[in-house]
Amino acid sequence: MLKIKNLHASVDDKVILKGINLEVNAGEVHAIMGPNGSGKSTLAAVIAGKEEFHITEGSVELEGEDLEDSAPEDRAHKGIFMSFQYPVEIPGVSVTNFMKTAINETRKAHGLEDMPANEMLKLIREKSELLEIDRKFLSRSLNEGFSGGEKKRNEIFQMAMLEPKLAILDETDSGLDIDALRIVANGVNKLKSKKNAVILITHYQRLLEYIVPDFVHVLHDGKIVKSGGKELAFELEEKGYDWLKNEAVL
Amino acid sequence: MAYTEEELKKELETKEYEYGFYTDIASDTMPIGLNEEVIIAISKKKEEPDWMTAWRLESYKYWLEMVEPNWANIRYKKPDFQAISYYSAPNSKPKYNSLDEVDPELLDTFKKLGISVDEQKKLTGVAVDIVMDSVSVATTFKKTLSEKGIIFCSISEAIKEHPELVKKYMGSIVPQKDNFYAALNSAVFTDGSFCYIPKGVRCPMELSTYFRINQAGTGQFERTLVIADEGSYVSYLEGCTAPSRDENQLHAAVVELIALDNAEIKYSTVQNWYPGDKEGKGGVFNFVTKRGLCEKNAKISWTQVETGSAITWKYPSCILKGDNSIGEFYSIAVTNNLQQADTGTKMIHLGKNTRSTIISKGISAGKSQNSYRGLVQVNSRAENARNFSQCDSLLMGNECGAHTFPYIEVKNKSAQIEHEATTSKIGEDQIFYCNQRGIPTEKAIALIVNGFSKEVLNKLPMEFAVEAQKLLEISLEGSVG
Repeated sequence: MLKIKNLHASVDDKVILKGINLEVNAGEVHAIMGPNGSGKSTLAAVIAGKEEFHITEGSVELEGEDLEDSAPEDRAHKGIFMSFQYPVEIPGVSVTNFMKTAINETRKAHGLEDMPANEMLKLIREKSELLEIDRKFLSRSLNEGFSGGEKKRNEIFQMAMLEPKLAILDETDSGLDIDALRIVANGVNKLKSKKNAVILITHYQRLLEYIVPDFVHVLHDGKIVKSGGKELAFELEEKGYDWLKNEAVL
Repeated sequence: MAYTEEELKKELETKEYEYGFYTDIASDTMPIGLNEEVIIAISKKKEEPDWMTAWRLESYKYWLEMVEPNWANIRYKKPDFQAISYYSAPNSKPKYNSLDEVDPELLDTFKKLGISVDEQKKLTGVAVDIVMDSVSVATTFKKTLSEKGIIFCSISEAIKEHPELVKKYMGSIVPQKDNFYAALNSAVFTDGSFCYIPKGVRCPMELSTYFRINQAGTGQFERTLVIADEGSYVSYLEGCTAPSRDENQLHAAVVELIALDNAEIKYSTVQNWYPGDKEGKGGVFNFVTKRGLCEKNAKISWTQVETGSAITWKYPSCILKGDNSIGEFYSIAVTNNLQQADTGTKMIHLGKNTRSTIISKGISAGKSQNSYRGLVQVNSRAENARNFSQCDSLLMGNECGAHTFPYIEVKNKSAQIEHEATTSKIGEDQIFYCNQRGIPTEKAIALIVNGFSKEVLNKLPMEFAVEAQKLLEISLEGSVG
């Protein structure tokens, strides 16, 4: 589904990604771990198409199509979703209105009519139950005054609504207490299928107890220095990142 | 000055302004310039009684002694008042009994605007008093209204049919010499709307007027007078769009509202005059004086969405004379490219327990300048007056400006005044967040702007709110790139 080849990317002339290779197939969950500043969030932003990040070498392909010239909204229409580490506030725009706009814009891009209101309501009801979201929450302004946990749960709710092919969860576990983490993880697990794929970006192994990855990759200084199965996460937890930093030098 | 067919064609081709078309109706235009003869001629054309002619001439004398105000935060080339024609009326003027009799081309104009009269009639039950180039050409629903004793007609008709009301109230809220533009309007106003709601009557429909400037080089001087008698209620909608023109067009309207004891007037405006092009060429100069008077327990609520005009100078105000009276001002002002707006309100608290609320939302894009200017004045006898003001500014890009000039004058210690102000910028992060969810940038901006303006949009009547939302989108198109 996603093919990243020798990806180099920079922001403000600062090189952050220095040759990433990664292949993600439908039905797989990949975890990308690494210390602060290793380039994890940059990788997510580059896949999502954030403008200030420039690909200087290599490529990102989704289902065989190079994404370089594709605008962020086009990538979203193609099925890429990113859960933000710091979701932004949009005052006066309710969660429901925001989702309605997002879904209808995506439908429009695919030549479809707006989703009928009753269908939309049904979808909202279904997905909010899945994530144990109080319906009152949906009429609040997007992320305004939300707690850390509410923001992250709202991100996963949006993912549930948009049903992406590829979901990138950027530090979704940060700032979550154990209950919120469980709810978010349950949501992601329920949304997993043979047709979609998930990339989990995380600093800690904690999230991986709830969402079990098929593959774990360790990012250090803009490169994947080690890949393995879920055991790699436990090993990292035990030995810390320094163990790999040393290994990378060798 | 001459506006040729060729230019017109070019203008239609470029079609920068969506409503930039021109209706070819034979019109009756007075030569340019202003003097006593012109004023007498206007009055004569309108078959006015002598007292009206005298009132105009008196206003003209005041005007001659006045100078244009220059305290507002706007910069423009002052209009040459002798280069304007002060009267232009469509020729096919007769009173229509039904819409079928109206010039089809005129109806077509309204269709292009998406506000066709028949559509309005069917969908919303709104009675529309259409003012096109200063003369009312159609008044609908008059019968339903007259059964309730409501008078809704053109001001010219009111001068003839209801002189006692006009004599009593015209100029009582906005005196002839109130300001330069009000004096000019008092001298040369050509038409406008008049509305009277009798005691205890709740007007069963939204009264609506669509203004439209249609003749190259003619200024537009509307005069509106709304009187809500004791215990009555009326909601009045004023909307305007103008076709695009190369030379600047002057618009100096006067609106007076009178809410007698226990009456309520809701006055909503959507203003979409031609704003000029990207280089700041053309566009309407909008110098408007709007003021309302509240007697005991009365309420006046101004709601405005200002997206058009090159220059906007406008301060819809409330004089809270009666005890327990309420004044409200809800405003959205959008400026883009080189537009300039200096707008706000005055809340004058004279009576006891008077309350006022001001919610102002300014949105600036391009190289525009957007100023809020407001006065809250509490008189020494106004015990327990309360005011809440909130002024929020939203900036798009780095070249525009937002300014807030709040004036507070309090002469009574029991007053409670609150003022809140915020300034924010549409961030790249907000846009990217929307993009990532599949929402393109233009749509994202519309969403953010609508969210920002929501408190005010919610105050508009339903069908107006939808139109206003669309206008916000149109006026900010291409403002980010």
